[in-house]
Amino acid sequence: MTAQARFGRRIPRGSATHRARTAVPFLLRWSVLLLAVACWEAAARSQGSVYFPPPLRIARHAHDLWFSGPVGHVFLTTAAVDNVLPSLGRMAAGFAIAAVAGILLGLAVGRSRRAYALCNPVLQFARAVPPPALVPVFVVVLDFGTPMQVASIAFSAVWPVLVNTAEGARATDPLRLEVAAVLRLTGPERLWFLVLPSALPRIFAGLRLSLSLSLILMVFSELLPGTADGIGFTLTDAQSRSDLLTVWAALMLLGVLGYVLNTGLLAVERRLIGPGRAA
Amino acid sequence: MLRLDSVTRSFGDHLVLDRIELTVPDGQLLSVVGPSGCGKSTLLRTIAGLLPADEGTITIDGTPVAGVPDRLAVVFQDYGRSLLPWLTVRDNVALPLRRRGPRRAARHAEAEAILERVGLHGVARRHPRQLSGGMQQRVAIARALVCRPSLLLMDEPFGSLDARTREDLEDLLLEVHRADGTTIVFVTHDIDESVYVGDRVVVLSPGPGSRVVQDVPVGLPGKRDQLTTRGLPAFVALRTEVGRAVRQGD
Repeated sequence: MTAQARFGRRIPRGSATHRARTAVPFLLRWSVLLLAVACWEAAARSQGSVYFPPPLRIARHAHDLWFSGPVGHVFLTTAAVDNVLPSLGRMAAGFAIAAVAGILLGLAVGRSRRAYALCNPVLQFARAVPPPALVPVFVVVLDFGTPMQVASIAFSAVWPVLVNTAEGARATDPLRLEVAAVLRLTGPERLWFLVLPSALPRIFAGLRLSLSLSLILMVFSELLPGTADGIGFTLTDAQSRSDLLTVWAALMLLGVLGYVLNTGLLAVERRLIGPGRAA
Repeated sequence: MLRLDSVTRSFGDHLVLDRIELTVPDGQLLSVVGPSGCGKSTLLRTIAGLLPADEGTITIDGTPVAGVPDRLAVVFQDYGRSLLPWLTVRDNVALPLRRRGPRRAARHAEAEAILERVGLHGVARRHPRQLSGGMQQRVAIARALVCRPSLLLMDEPFGSLDARTREDLEDLLLEVHRADGTTIVFVTHDIDESVYVGDRVVVLSPGPGSRVVQDVPVGLPGKRDQLTTRGLPAFVALRTEVGRAVRQGD
């Protein structure tokens, strides 16, 4: 992304960036998705299979299931409060732990050449292990329940942030480090004004990966037997009752959640990596 | 007074500075000129305490340089990298004031005053990348001046600016020097520029192993002007002398 594109509202009308941004207007951008849903709807209706209900029915079912509650509960039903909120809470806790730990450790590892040399093989190894494979370990160590699930999410999601933050901090411009030395910035000042902002684009690249891993691990940890609530639990529970409509509704909810969370993270990134910043 | 006594520095097998001897009295604007790659930047970084010398000593007012000395400021050539793009112009300039401890409002006021002084009006809240190259270098100069340095090092500060902007900034530098009497070491590869801004010009030989090969006092009037000064016979004679010394080393 160019410096211009990061200005957000300040892109001059008629500029190349502006034209590129608006080349595909809002409605057109969504039209492919709408078309796909329409095809799905038509195909599902014509087949009439119980395994593949049409998307509108799924959406209505999802609405009845989770979003038709009283106004006082922001329209959330008991099912949503019992299953969706705990999932989101665990995911938020796991992701938050991963983000904070990943950024702090990443800065520490990235700023010290020795620490980086020593830790890099461990990091590459830890990152290479498929995260869901670790869940059984946590089940044994922590038993079923929220601590196990949060730990699984945090431990899996920490690596992308950590590795990317370390890379970003390591790539701090050496001339800028000389400037910091000449201005006699203290260690914390150098970290706050120089290293952290330099690493921010890489940190967010890591956070986006971690966010999607958090979602995956949230569902996966809830699929295991012994879970009592959550979106993953709703999935397995509905499947055992051959309630395919609820299975599809849960899948749709997960897709929307993933999209909304990623969009939110992108908005935070755009705010933090503000004007004047070149990629 | 800045004193370099037999300062030697190499990178691996590559000898860059070979027993440099140099004394800069207080308040002098010394131009250091030499062909590119002759170790001018290394010399400056060594004086700034960013690179230790292998041999020899550097003293400022009798105190040996170890680490970045107090009341020293540096202006680098690459303003785009030396300014922090995520901070506003004002925050960039106010950054070195933090350690002196005045409150935020006082720091901002001081930064804005110094910005006015280098000829920047109404850009305090902008970001560096929104300014032209010449303006960005003015911001870098403001940041260097804000702590009232007693020694200012400049590493080809105007090397990447267009001719007109460069002339304006040369005059700004002369004005600041005349007003503050700061000791300035000004590194450049431009012979005309070295004579125009300098009270004195030293010429470094080309590497490997740069030495001071010529030391020329500039006897031009203190009040200089881009058109008349550059037309003076004395100016032409000086630039010929310096130019010859630079070429001789080749």
